[in-house]
Amino acid sequence: MGIRTMGDTGKIGVKDAAASAGARLSGPVVAVIPAYNEEDTVGDVIRATLAHVDRVLVVDDGSADKTGEAARRAGADVVRHLVNRGLGAALGTGFEGARRLSAAVAVTLDADGQHDPGEIPALLAAIAGGADVVVGSRMLAPRGMPWHRRLANRVGNFVTFVLFRARVTDSQSGFRAFSRRALGEISVRSRRMEVSSELVAESRRHGLRLAEVPIRAIYSEYSLSKGQSMHTGVQTLAALLFRRISRRY
Amino acid sequence: MLLIQIVIVAAAVFAIVMAFGRRRRGDLSLRGLLLWSLLWTGAAVASIVPRLTTLVAGWLGVGRGVDAVFYFALILLFYLIFRIFVRLEIIEHEITSIVRELGLKNLGKADSTEE
Repeated sequence: MGIRTMGDTGKIGVKDAAASAGARLSGPVVAVIPAYNEEDTVGDVIRATLAHVDRVLVVDDGSADKTGEAARRAGADVVRHLVNRGLGAALGTGFEGARRLSAAVAVTLDADGQHDPGEIPALLAAIAGGADVVVGSRMLAPRGMPWHRRLANRVGNFVTFVLFRARVTDSQSGFRAFSRRALGEISVRSRRMEVSSELVAESRRHGLRLAEVPIRAIYSEYSLSKGQSMHTGVQTLAALLFRRISRRY
Repeated sequence: MLLIQIVIVAAAVFAIVMAFGRRRRGDLSLRGLLLWSLLWTGAAVASIVPRLTTLVAGWLGVGRGVDAVFYFALILLFYLIFRIFVRLEIIEHEITSIVRELGLKNLGKADSTEE
């Protein structure tokens, strides 16, 4: 299946693995989907996701359109931010929601259709296998990724490594899974897009086991128009620097 | 007295009076009032007795009194701006906490009928 594990400190016996795999997945699997003005795509994403998880929690980050309504109609639990707080804040709220729902696993994915919910089982398998944080990496099989995205990703990975000493192949991926332990220990302080790098850094800080699973990214014209521009990139870097000096990593 | 000295002293008096007014209305903390008044008193004194700035400049090894004033003012400005930046971050965190709690209030009760 091509799972890369990092920071794996011990070996698990076969019987223990099966038992702990069961224990690790006892409790609802909650999908956390941060959404900001995604009324067109969020419904489809939710419906496809519900096939693989127990509950879908959409965090409506102050959308001006009918994202919340569309999400509710598609069968998701919706938590609404009255004002837009940013991706990081939305994820933080999603994590807190997952905790309150006693989730065994929280899976994060984007609302714009860039992630294929059919790959959720691969992430869950990695959690069952002992990982605390699973990152779906587009770079393990980067077919079809635009060159500028690849470059931006390389820069992001480099920055994450330099600032937080954590090596990943796709630091900016929004397709991730977190075990109950990871949910309990990770605290998200970033508000905006630097949260991706912060999550990796937090995993390292708490000694969580990080694994990567190859995923396919779906690049439609729509999803390409979102994401990080140069300006956002610079802003994100500045925010990360501030984060680095204000916490002991 | 030079015109600039009069202007600076007048500005200092005005600033301090305004500060006391703010304090009375409860908009300014006692600490803020004292620091602000101290700052402006220093400005007025330096304006009336410029020899003092030359003296301080001498201690610091800086050429002119006015240069020393500028260096000091610049450092103070950077420090204050940094304090404001940090304070803003804290306020943003607090806003997020509030918005988060408001949003999460109905979670778990979502099984009861909404719309």
